[in-house]
Amino acid sequence: MKFILRIWRQKNNTVKGKFVEYHLDNVPKEASFLEMLDILNEQLVMKGEDPVTFDHDCREGICGACGLYINGHPHGKFKNTTTCQLHMRKFADGATITVEPWRSAAFPIIKDLMVDRSSLDKLIQAGGYVSVRTGGVPDANAIPVNKHCADLSMDAASCIGCGACVATCKNGSAMLFVSAKVSQLALLPQGQVEARDRVQKMVARMDELGFGNCSNTFACEAECPKGISVTNIARMNRQFFAAKIAEPLKK
Amino acid sequence: MGNCKGLSSITKKLIMAITGGCLVFFLLFHGSMNIVAIISQEGYRWICEFLGANWYAIVGTIGLAAMVAIHFIYAFILSFQNYKARGNQRYAVVERQEGVSWASKNMLVIGLIVIIGLGLHLYNFWAKMQLVELQGEASADGIGLIINVFGNSCYSVMYLVWLAFLWFHLSHGIASVMQSIGWNSHVWKHRIEWLGKFFAIVIVAMFASVVLYYWLIY
Amino acid sequence: MAELNSKIPEGPLAEKWTNYKANQKLVNPANKRKLDIIVIGTGLAGASAAASFGEMGFNVKVFCIQDSPRRAHSIAAQGGINAAKNYPNDGDSVYRLFYDTVKGGDYRAREANVYRLAEVSNNIIDQCVAQGIPFAREYSGLLANRSFGGAQVSRTFYAKGQTGQQLLLGAYGAMSKEIERGTVKMYARREMLDVVIVDGRARGVIVRNLVTGELERHAAHAVVIASGGYGRVFFLSTNAMSSNGSAAWHAYKRGAMMANPCFTQIHPTCIPVHGDYQSKLTLMSESLRNDGRIWVPKDEKKAALLREGKIKATDIPEEERDYYLERRYPAFGNLVPRDVASRAGKERCDAGYGVNNTGRAVYLDFKEAIQRLGRKAVEEKYGNLFEMYERIVDENPYVTPMMIYPAVHYTMGGLWVDYELQTTVKGLFAAGEANFSDHGANRLGASALMQGLSDGYFVLPYTMQNYLADQIGVPRFSTDLPEFEQAEKEVRERIEKILNVNGTETVDSIHKRLGHIMWEYVGMSRTKEGLEKAIGEIKKLRTEFWQNVKVPRLDGMNNELEKALRVADFLEMGELMARDALMRNESCGGHFRAEYQTPDGEAMRDDANYSFVAAYEFKGVDNEPVLHKEELKFENVEVKQRNYK
Repeated sequence: MKFILRIWRQKNNTVKGKFVEYHLDNVPKEASFLEMLDILNEQLVMKGEDPVTFDHDCREGICGACGLYINGHPHGKFKNTTTCQLHMRKFADGATITVEPWRSAAFPIIKDLMVDRSSLDKLIQAGGYVSVRTGGVPDANAIPVNKHCADLSMDAASCIGCGACVATCKNGSAMLFVSAKVSQLALLPQGQVEARDRVQKMVARMDELGFGNCSNTFACEAECPKGISVTNIARMNRQFFAAKIAEPLKK
Repeated sequence: MGNCKGLSSITKKLIMAITGGCLVFFLLFHGSMNIVAIISQEGYRWICEFLGANWYAIVGTIGLAAMVAIHFIYAFILSFQNYKARGNQRYAVVERQEGVSWASKNMLVIGLIVIIGLGLHLYNFWAKMQLVELQGEASADGIGLIINVFGNSCYSVMYLVWLAFLWFHLSHGIASVMQSIGWNSHVWKHRIEWLGKFFAIVIVAMFASVVLYYWLIY
Repeated sequence: MAELNSKIPEGPLAEKWTNYKANQKLVNPANKRKLDIIVIGTGLAGASAAASFGEMGFNVKVFCIQDSPRRAHSIAAQGGINAAKNYPNDGDSVYRLFYDTVKGGDYRAREANVYRLAEVSNNIIDQCVAQGIPFAREYSGLLANRSFGGAQVSRTFYAKGQTGQQLLLGAYGAMSKEIERGTVKMYARREMLDVVIVDGRARGVIVRNLVTGELERHAAHAVVIASGGYGRVFFLSTNAMSSNGSAAWHAYKRGAMMANPCFTQIHPTCIPVHGDYQSKLTLMSESLRNDGRIWVPKDEKKAALLREGKIKATDIPEEERDYYLERRYPAFGNLVPRDVASRAGKERCDAGYGVNNTGRAVYLDFKEAIQRLGRKAVEEKYGNLFEMYERIVDENPYVTPMMIYPAVHYTMGGLWVDYELQTTVKGLFAAGEANFSDHGANRLGASALMQGLSDGYFVLPYTMQNYLADQIGVPRFSTDLPEFEQAEKEVRERIEKILNVNGTETVDSIHKRLGHIMWEYVGMSRTKEGLEKAIGEIKKLRTEFWQNVKVPRLDGMNNELEKALRVADFLEMGELMARDALMRNESCGGHFRAEYQTPDGEAMRDDANYSFVAAYEFKGVDNEPVLHKEELKFENVEVKQRNYK
């Protein structure tokens, strides 16, 4: 297959970037999108040019490292698909493909298509865990967990932290990401103990880090490669109000 | 913007939701009053008289004005913050996200159009009814005003366009209120979406039917 | 170098760990604050160790090569984690888990370590549940279990097909908690390029900041390497793109011994290879073998037609299908251990019964399971795996059987460690896949997660204290010491040397060629001639690499340089693997020497001569390493031919 690639190139965060066009021939249709970029990079290296930098790791859709804005969609336009699981057979032969990095104030560009998503780690650090220490915990079956709650919790927990929700949100909001973690833990008795503190701390951190405000467009859900539901956001809102009223955090 | 610095993003959403929700209730109320103008002109006159510039109507009006103002101001604060959060560089290619409504992404612009329409509406009706009464003069006849305004095709078309924008605003707004205050769940998600659209239709249909009725009759 | 001392505590097997804990030295809280620990890697072992050290009060510095600690490849483990809870009441016990693991490892693992692993397995489940990991549950609200390859009991806990993800995120959460508290400091996008030894003890590391390209020195009282395995030496594997063996390899070059490097696990259920440009292989969880049945056509001609695409798998009637695992191993059927299943698949394909256009695939069929359980139940169990398969292969596994083929998945070999997980270099520890300890010659399914978390949560926190107890008087180190200076200089020279080659071949292309050699001669079936040939070819390729590799010289971020540094190490590692395979004149677990097999094609061990851990001491790149043997004593299990029939 043949493609015309318009790829965002930017040396680092201090200089301006621009689109560069590449023509790529003989791409096998079974190749994944990232393998197609590998082929391009091989050619660039041989020509003595700077290869395109992008984040990627497991290439099986679970680590959340890859994330490219392809033709106006994070991870491309197909549902429940990460960039690494997107295959070239899904594109028309000869198509022009525009590839951009995640664009959001909370994700500064490092180089080309690679951005700094450490703000997502900082959100988790604010409270996205149960504060148990190693050892000294009750038997795993000591507290039964309603199966429906456990299943909903698992659905929320499947977030891979790729940042597509923030990238596609017109407000640069991280509500889906934060609410997925808040929901996962709030749905389990183990997480309920500190649920009120958690939701307030994580929301405060989210605001501090400069993420935008949610306006319920639900673009995050539409583009999430793991299909995380916006009902998690509603749950977080409920939790947040209840916590603010019953147990506001001490400043 | 000082006063909103201390509020968390979710609280700001809540403010938008509560003010928006109150305005929806007002619209339902206003709309059901209007319908009376089709059923019985006498009845409508009685309602106008009943509300008039009595204290409860004035309190209601002030409350409404406050709701509109807060909704409007917060819309700008939030939009400004959101714009900043988006970063300096925009995407070169923007494609519609499947399942994301046009209205939800353009609420500010749609809202502005609704506000402009509101200005026209206040000029056409409120200024000649409650305002004049407050100034100590007699209110104009409600039915007379309706006939006057909607008998004019130009106004009728403007009102219908305005109502169309109001529909867009409500089609996202009502469901959005439910989401923001946390009344959404995996069971209710689609029901809420449809309920939101349904009420948007009901409200807009109530207003539009009056416009159409008087436009076509007179 | 001193003889290997595994430091196994005295006493009966079941009491060793308890005795160790009762007698180990401790560090008081005030002193813990004065002690620094470096952890390399943030997978299950690294993140759980870092979190636990931080909770105890040590100062921890953690390094990972990805943008976030949550990307570590433990995240990709699908199937589950074993524990001897015996919740299903099917006769499981700590001893049985221990026994299955030793047997599954073909009697090449250390009894005491494995027993400890089985013992703490239950604590791991308790810990993970307390962390809020959404394990699968029954309607009663209690935890669900499933069975897994190599076991006759259901002891595997799981969270959909994403168990590794959930456990890793649990450990990541625990570590995040410590980052917030300030006891753990996270350094992302850093790659460890050397370990610094001061007066015979590991005292720091040299890392490269992958964003700026600068070298950094970090000092500590102890260093833990939890950087995973070296499966990418084969180029194509189920490992992540950045998985590499360099941290362990440089520890080896600084004096830590490398144990059983040839023990590589080839996983039987991967999506088959489809082309040259392919960058990695995708694993289909082994749990699929619980309900899927593996077959090839009985008739060679039908197989040929399938390869040519003239007929479809669904055209082959039931009676013409050869369910070869069920035929050969009636007791375990499709649930035989991974090495056995992989070899049986390869045997069928070599005999001409393979399918797919390459002839390198067998079927994994869910027809019977869908009939028995209904499509909905199958979807609930394996839905996400089926989706993943369909996305890659473009075929619907509910309708047509899946195609699978073995692929490199895990390396049982790694840095030699004693009972305390300390390498032969004092103060240098290795945890998780990076060490060799618990799986012998073959790892059972759902045991890697167990080992990573056992090392990090429940072993290292104890043994590390024991080591640091006599280090409390040692003040913090300056990174200006000549040892740091020297190590950084050597790393800088290595980088310069690579950049200066400026040849005509890309890193990936050399890496692929190495992969071909490894897969061909050091893969599933090995021979003396093949291994000798491999050693020669790897040496040649290594020379070629240093004369002809092309790596661009860039400021800051340089992915090609990162890859080149790793491939340079793989080119040395591959040789050691081949040497070890050549030395081991027997077949055991994942190591199959074609010369040593029973008449019906099963692996034939040589317990009289090879019941030892082979630990290699580095003597220079072009010199043969020195082999040290740690004899394995089996006092609590009867060593016998593995039999899954």
